[in-house]
Amino acid sequence: MHLALFLIFAAVALAGAANLLLQKHPINASLSLIVVMSSLAVLYLLLGAEFLAIAQIIVYAGAIMVLFTFVIMLLNEGVEEKTHGSRVAKLLGFPAVTVFLALIASIILSSESHLGKVVIGESITTTQDLSAVLFRDLLLPFEITSVLILIAILGAVALARKDEQ
Amino acid sequence: MSIWLFLLLSLVKAVLVTIVFLMGVAYTVLLERKAVGRIQNRWGPNRVGPFGLLQPLVDGAKSFLKEDMIPAGVYKPLYLLAPLISLGCALLSIAVVPFGGPMTWHGMRIFAISDINFGLLFLLGVTSIGVYGIALAGWSSNNKYSLLGSMRSSAQMVSYELALGLSLVGVVLRTGSLRLSDIVSLQTVHGIASWNIFGGGQFFAFFIYLIAAFAETNRSPFDLVEAESELTGGYNTEYSSMKFAMFFMAEYGNMITVGCVATMLFLGGWSSPLGDLIPPPQNIIIQALVPLFWFVAKVFCFLFLYIWVRGTLPRFRYDQLMSFGWKYLLPLAMLNIVGTSLWLAIRP
Repeated sequence: MHLALFLIFAAVALAGAANLLLQKHPINASLSLIVVMSSLAVLYLLLGAEFLAIAQIIVYAGAIMVLFTFVIMLLNEGVEEKTHGSRVAKLLGFPAVTVFLALIASIILSSESHLGKVVIGESITTTQDLSAVLFRDLLLPFEITSVLILIAILGAVALARKDEQ
Repeated sequence: MSIWLFLLLSLVKAVLVTIVFLMGVAYTVLLERKAVGRIQNRWGPNRVGPFGLLQPLVDGAKSFLKEDMIPAGVYKPLYLLAPLISLGCALLSIAVVPFGGPMTWHGMRIFAISDINFGLLFLLGVTSIGVYGIALAGWSSNNKYSLLGSMRSSAQMVSYELALGLSLVGVVLRTGSLRLSDIVSLQTVHGIASWNIFGGGQFFAFFIYLIAAFAETNRSPFDLVEAESELTGGYNTEYSSMKFAMFFMAEYGNMITVGCVATMLFLGGWSSPLGDLIPPPQNIIIQALVPLFWFVAKVFCFLFLYIWVRGTLPRFRYDQLMSFGWKYLLPLAMLNIVGTSLWLAIRP
């Protein structure tokens, strides 16, 4: 059953990502990205990372994508215009991407015995375990990361302020 | 326990709870009309049935039979999707709420549809997704007033989500778990003295949560976004009949959900305020129904408080609303977290 869930939600994520690229109206692209983020949250849950899954929904799909959607709504650009596209890109691009993907796939599949495996749906990393690691073992990187985010916030506020004469 | 029995029981529970929830939404509308009417010294609806009790059914029939107009310039996919998102998120929240005692049957809790490890965060996540319903409704309506109303509403909801979430952290600190049934079980120990609002020291967190919840559900005194005199109806101007009814149901559904969360986290959920003074009844059916009765009574008190505030207080101006949320409520919620942590660290 976990395999079925994984296949369904991985297909939904891929469909959302493809839709994001193919849609002409930016608001549809933004909503497809929300679908991708939500399916990723389900995949995190299948891997046992319960806090990360719900944090993905709250933070990514519920705050960051709201910001993206607001910007698209307020800029109100409408359907994007169709350009001709470059013929060179079509002739060389698609084959090059196919070759590249085939190369990566063959490398990964050939070294499958060396790589570790994860079994989906096997164990759950509870919030207690996560907090033990975050606040005990890796406390210093956690605090430095929060200082980093604070610097980013200060920079954004300083850039966005109006000049006072 | 086999997967088919699990699926069947979950389906039955989900259908029953959804039906009860929707009936609750309909009768909350009636309660509001009657209570606000009495506050304004007039009867509410009292023609249809005794005390107007059949009014919601008639209102539902009216919504179905009204003409369903779709204006010409709307962006149709999102116009049709937005009420679905709103109503879906309102109905989804009830899935993790434990509304009765911890009785199990064949290994499954009867009185909760799903009892997940991170139930509290699930509710916050669903609230975050519910913002999309309003944002998309206002934008797709192709109407300046709708866009303005929906932008204001979304900004208000996103701002007060912070204070809402932070005010709940104190409860989680005291309980040590995000699971809603654990949070409720911790408050069943001594009756009213162990409810989080009194014995748990979360008195201020309760009021911060209450104010943030009023703003989160776009209800008075924070209901500038749907005030008819201000914005000609806000984000639901261009919606008619069933889609409008869906937004309406979503708003009252959010009210009930917020009431359920406040009941579970601060007022002890399904536990009785008398605690151990009254011995549990012998009959198993009464033993199952008494916690359910306490839960419904507490949620009803909440809904009445919501309606009472609506009939009494004037509404905030938008800039007052935003500055209140960011400059006063958010620091107070953070102070509550600091205070609770200190208290928990000092006493053993």
